[in-house]
Amino acid sequence: MTLNEVVIFIAAVVIAPFIGGFLSGIDRKLTAFIQGRYGPPIWQPFYDVIKLLYKQKLLVNDFQVFSAYMYLLSAILSVGLFALKADLLMILFIMSVGLVFYIAGALSTKSPYSQVGAQRELMQMLAYEPMLIFFVISVYNVTGSFNLAQIMTHGRLILDLPLMFLLLGLVLTIKLKKSPFDLSASEHAHQELVRGILTDYSGPYLALIHIADWYEMILILAMIAILWSQNLVIGALIALATFFMDIVIDNITARMTVKWMLAFSWSISILFTIINIAYIYFRR
Amino acid sequence: MGLKEFIEKSFKKSPWVLHYNCSSCNGCDIEILACMTPLYDMERFGMVNVGNPKHADILVVTGTVNTRNKEILKNIYDQMPDPKVVVAVGVCAATGGVFREAYNVIGGIDKVIPVDVYVPGCPAKPEAIIDGLYKATEILKEKYEKMGKAEEVLK
Repeated sequence: MTLNEVVIFIAAVVIAPFIGGFLSGIDRKLTAFIQGRYGPPIWQPFYDVIKLLYKQKLLVNDFQVFSAYMYLLSAILSVGLFALKADLLMILFIMSVGLVFYIAGALSTKSPYSQVGAQRELMQMLAYEPMLIFFVISVYNVTGSFNLAQIMTHGRLILDLPLMFLLLGLVLTIKLKKSPFDLSASEHAHQELVRGILTDYSGPYLALIHIADWYEMILILAMIAILWSQNLVIGALIALATFFMDIVIDNITARMTVKWMLAFSWSISILFTIINIAYIYFRR
Repeated sequence: MGLKEFIEKSFKKSPWVLHYNCSSCNGCDIEILACMTPLYDMERFGMVNVGNPKHADILVVTGTVNTRNKEILKNIYDQMPDPKVVVAVGVCAATGGVFREAYNVIGGIDKVIPVDVYVPGCPAKPEAIIDGLYKATEILKEKYEKMGKAEEVLK
């Protein structure tokens, strides 16, 4: 690792949560606007996280602490490796390891809400992990490489992979736990499961999980952005448009069931992947 | 603005509210829900309605305490992490109201847990509730400052 790479890694790791928090602030403001409310200030997510960091520590068991830190660490690592243009498959696996700890931490407590939330988060992983793997496979079909540096030499991947771009938008919706996929944590104070997977994470550890969520959001947005790597400003604009589309979808849909989510996401992802890979072959 | 000031400001700007109906007649509860509607919109102060005492900063209680639910109220209060503030909404939560002489009623919720803000009214108006919650955020900030000082003394 050269000095230059270390600087890029640290810069990405420091800047990513600020962008993530800012985006989730915009999310809350925009949601309020769509619902006809005034809404919280744009810096609200930062106030929330700082407040949580300095609340009293209430623990159910020590494993929760470990799993919250592991989730944050893996999210940081995956964003940092993405900035270093490492292997796309490795980044996905590192991200999944963190999520497994996140779920194990929720399963380690006896609260039934936490348990049900963790089971549903597992189902959500089952819904979007194949999509991400299919995305990487189709990228490999076009570029012949899993390495990000080599992938980014192909300027306009979105023209080759239009359906995979739609799938990534779907992954973003599931990952951000937006309607119709807000199954595991009951966003927006719906409270059918109290707070689902987050029920027993409290105080500073909840703050760590919020920060890790911001990193993961940035990671998925960055994956969308590299679809137009010829000019990354346009790529970022495409990613932002997808994000705003997800907020609109969140506000116009109701929550669906886990079974529906699995059937929908698997059928859509398999169908889109086959069509898209066939399209790539026929274009050659 | 230094880090210390920003933390104190965060406590004032981000209170998460937990609502417990302590044998209320539902009048005050409807008014509390009205605070979250677009007309009053308490989220503009960063207040979010949470269902989990472990995430809450402000406990909003409506209605009188009776012998059956005093344990539950105490339990919810104990599950909240410090610093925490309690708001008693409506005259029943403050004193027991018209039910104070009933055989099963203990009285206002201050007989069981310490109360910081009393919001009068039967039912309390949404404007009064938001006023009370805003007052509670200031008390939350003060309590955080006191927590910091206590830690310094202990060191």
